[in-house]
Amino acid sequence: MVQSEFVYVTYIRTTPEKLWQALTEPEFTRQFWMGTSQECAWKPGASWKLSFSDGRLADSGEVVEVEPQRKLVLKWQNHLFPEMTAEGYSHMTYELEPAGETVKLTVTHVMEKSESKFIKAMSGGWPIILSSLKSLLETGESIESTRRSPKGM
Amino acid sequence: MSADVDNIFRALAAPERRLLLDRLHADNGQTLGQLCEHMDMTRQAVTKHLKVLEDATLVVPIWRGREKLHYLNPMPIHEIAERWIGKYERGRLRVLAELKAKLEGETDGSI
Repeated sequence: MVQSEFVYVTYIRTTPEKLWQALTEPEFTRQFWMGTSQECAWKPGASWKLSFSDGRLADSGEVVEVEPQRKLVLKWQNHLFPEMTAEGYSHMTYELEPAGETVKLTVTHVMEKSESKFIKAMSGGWPIILSSLKSLLETGESIESTRRSPKGM
Repeated sequence: MSADVDNIFRALAAPERRLLLDRLHADNGQTLGQLCEHMDMTRQAVTKHLKVLEDATLVVPIWRGREKLHYLNPMPIHEIAERWIGKYERGRLRVLAELKAKLEGETDGSI
């Protein structure tokens, strides 16, 4: 395999509007995404930054494609670990599709490189972040351990 | 539609389907043909098992051109775990899982 890739699908009882808001607005992301916030104009070509609450840059990149409440594609590079920074850009895609009473959220994260360390690290992080996002939208409360930056990071 | 918990447990309750998940865990994004290699099952049987896994959203099909690739989706299993694992137990369970992996020499390098 010439690339490393993960796909996550979760069904969330919410609307595409609310899910999009939760994925893009800092007051929501900090509750389920390890206390981080994103800085982005959400337009094609706009720069994208993900930072911890103390201001440290975790990841950065650029908006490749954006269709509010439907789809977002980001170029994404890690800045926390030199060996992952060296791997360069990955591509992350959110796709939102209404499915009955729920919204189907598909997250794909791809690096054009086999055995990517970054994709492997992200594959450990995405499930807890997405479960917490689901919990926040369905119950009003995120998972406790995802509200601040992980120890040692 | 969202797969209900019964579907997920039913899908997991067959060794053939758990073997398919193991194969995707080792090498994600395989075609039906690739999954059938070295498998002691007919193509029809693999297709049937994959359908059950897809209905439970444990496997997600993604089309790349004319190829249908199958990906392991860890979210349903994670959500089941989240339901019963208390928010304070996670750290302790991870330490125990790491200890078990170390003692049994089964670690694959991931945490």
